[in-house]
Amino acid sequence: MAYLVSHPDEVKVISKRFGMGAADIDRYLQLDGYAAVKKALSMTPDAIISEVKASNLRGRGGAGFPTGMKWSFVPKESAKPKYVLCNGDESEPGTCKDRLIFEHDPHAVIEGVVIAGLSIGSKVGYIYIRGEYRYLSEIMQKAIADAYARGFLGKNIFGSGIDFDVYWHGGAGAYEVGEESALMESLEGKRGVPRIRPPFPAVVGLYGGPTIINNAETLASVPHIMLMGGQKYAEIGTPKNGGTRLFCLSGHVAKPGVYELPLGYNLKKMIEVVGGGIANGRKLKAVVPGGSSVPILTADECDVAMDFDTMMKAGTFLGSGGVIVLDDQTCIVKFALRTTKFYRHESCGWCIPCREGTDWLEKTLVRFHAGGGVKKDIDNMQYLAENMLGRTFCPLGDAAAMPIIGFVKKFRQEFEDHLEGKPCPYEKATELVGA
Amino acid sequence: MNFSEQLEARYSDMLTHYPIKRSVLVPMLLYIQDELGYLTDEAIHEIGQRLDISDLEVRNVISYYSMLRTKPAGKYNVQVCTNICCMVRGGEEIFDHCKKKLGVGHKGVTPDGVFSLEEVECIGACSWAPALQVNYDFHENLTPEKVDEVLESYAKRQEQ
Repeated sequence: MAYLVSHPDEVKVISKRFGMGAADIDRYLQLDGYAAVKKALSMTPDAIISEVKASNLRGRGGAGFPTGMKWSFVPKESAKPKYVLCNGDESEPGTCKDRLIFEHDPHAVIEGVVIAGLSIGSKVGYIYIRGEYRYLSEIMQKAIADAYARGFLGKNIFGSGIDFDVYWHGGAGAYEVGEESALMESLEGKRGVPRIRPPFPAVVGLYGGPTIINNAETLASVPHIMLMGGQKYAEIGTPKNGGTRLFCLSGHVAKPGVYELPLGYNLKKMIEVVGGGIANGRKLKAVVPGGSSVPILTADECDVAMDFDTMMKAGTFLGSGGVIVLDDQTCIVKFALRTTKFYRHESCGWCIPCREGTDWLEKTLVRFHAGGGVKKDIDNMQYLAENMLGRTFCPLGDAAAMPIIGFVKKFRQEFEDHLEGKPCPYEKATELVGA
Repeated sequence: MNFSEQLEARYSDMLTHYPIKRSVLVPMLLYIQDELGYLTDEAIHEIGQRLDISDLEVRNVISYYSMLRTKPAGKYNVQVCTNICCMVRGGEEIFDHCKKKLGVGHKGVTPDGVFSLEEVECIGACSWAPALQVNYDFHENLTPEKVDEVLESYAKRQEQ
């Protein structure tokens, strides 16, 4: 079961309604449901965008692009229809937060989609949910149907004279589809191969029309911003990094779970105080702070504020909110291998640096972890990864390369310890840590 | 060919959601697979015909998505996550345990057709690791003992 946890340091904005049955529309209405859409209907599109800009909300999917700015890129006039697309393809290893939003507060996502649509002059929104999340898709389909039945969606929503349709769309297993242009390709019924940018989706997107694509958590934050005011939301976080976000603590912490904390919360504190420290009396070795695609931090590097800008300065990224905590019995080489295997599997195959690069890296690491590594392999992996960076058709190549660069740079000794046929020092050290 | 009444109703409804009918392809393929067990040659041809795309193009799309299959699986498809968060909490051991218990390997199907097994990438249960899915059901915070209980509960369902 995806049970809920809590901690006194939490500031509950998006998770305010979790565990309260808010998937039920009547319950949702009791809890300020749809008040935000009603407010947005009384505002001009520009006023809505200003409010979101004032909030300093930045993309919660991983890239952290300022949301208000993204919406402002949509041209006022368009020959083709405009669209809102909710990215619910949550597949970044370490990330399990949109799942909770879909389960406990699906209407908040619907509201976010509608408000986004009102701000850009769109009449249609799609909520794309990954294929594995079937029970969540069913909850969302029911929420959408209930909203239509009440006149909150469809023709003349809330008697405003404005039409707005929201549709669920399902995936069928593909990490790359979470990349926004590949998401559009998938929704159009094709293989999830990304598109060349420019043009960007805000100008040429779904079916060729202007489209804004946002992560589910980003969209679910919007109704709260409308009701509390953008400035108030911004003040919860740090300058230019407004609000709170859902952090998914996983790995070797004593109290794994999804916690909502303000942007800027200290990572070391998150692990020790919120996460309860390392389980089983072991010590912290490293953290992958924002999902598998971001560079790893050593235990000494964890005294850092978790917001987009600080994390970038620290040489990594805030990313998707997946905080993967590793103890001193973790083999970094094995961790690197499994990470690389994931990217090789998920590579769409379109471009050579990613398709061939991930394959070479995986093959090298398989041989390496089995004791067949030679010294120059270590530098070769680094060289290969550095040459994938920035040369692939989409950021998946960067996502595969950056972790390797981090592992080799910061844990070179572990790679050297696997040389000359030496057995992995951590073999048989993994104990089953299931609850 | 016709699909079930329920699936035909869903198909007709979904067509109204998009300006281009090809958009129903990926979600429909999964619903068709749920109904037939796997994507048969007949179903591939049928959906292709309806959406004005060739069988080859339908297969082209199928080959991209990891949940879609053109061969039967077990009635209960056990999908064990071995990605990093599950791995560091014993996900590989869970997968090995399932292999022993079911007597099959990755993508294997038990001789009675009740279970199949595969290792999968991250299913979004990282904070409740290690985890697996049986068809669409999530089972989390696993131990080998819990896995045995899970498998037995499905085996019992099959007997009923």
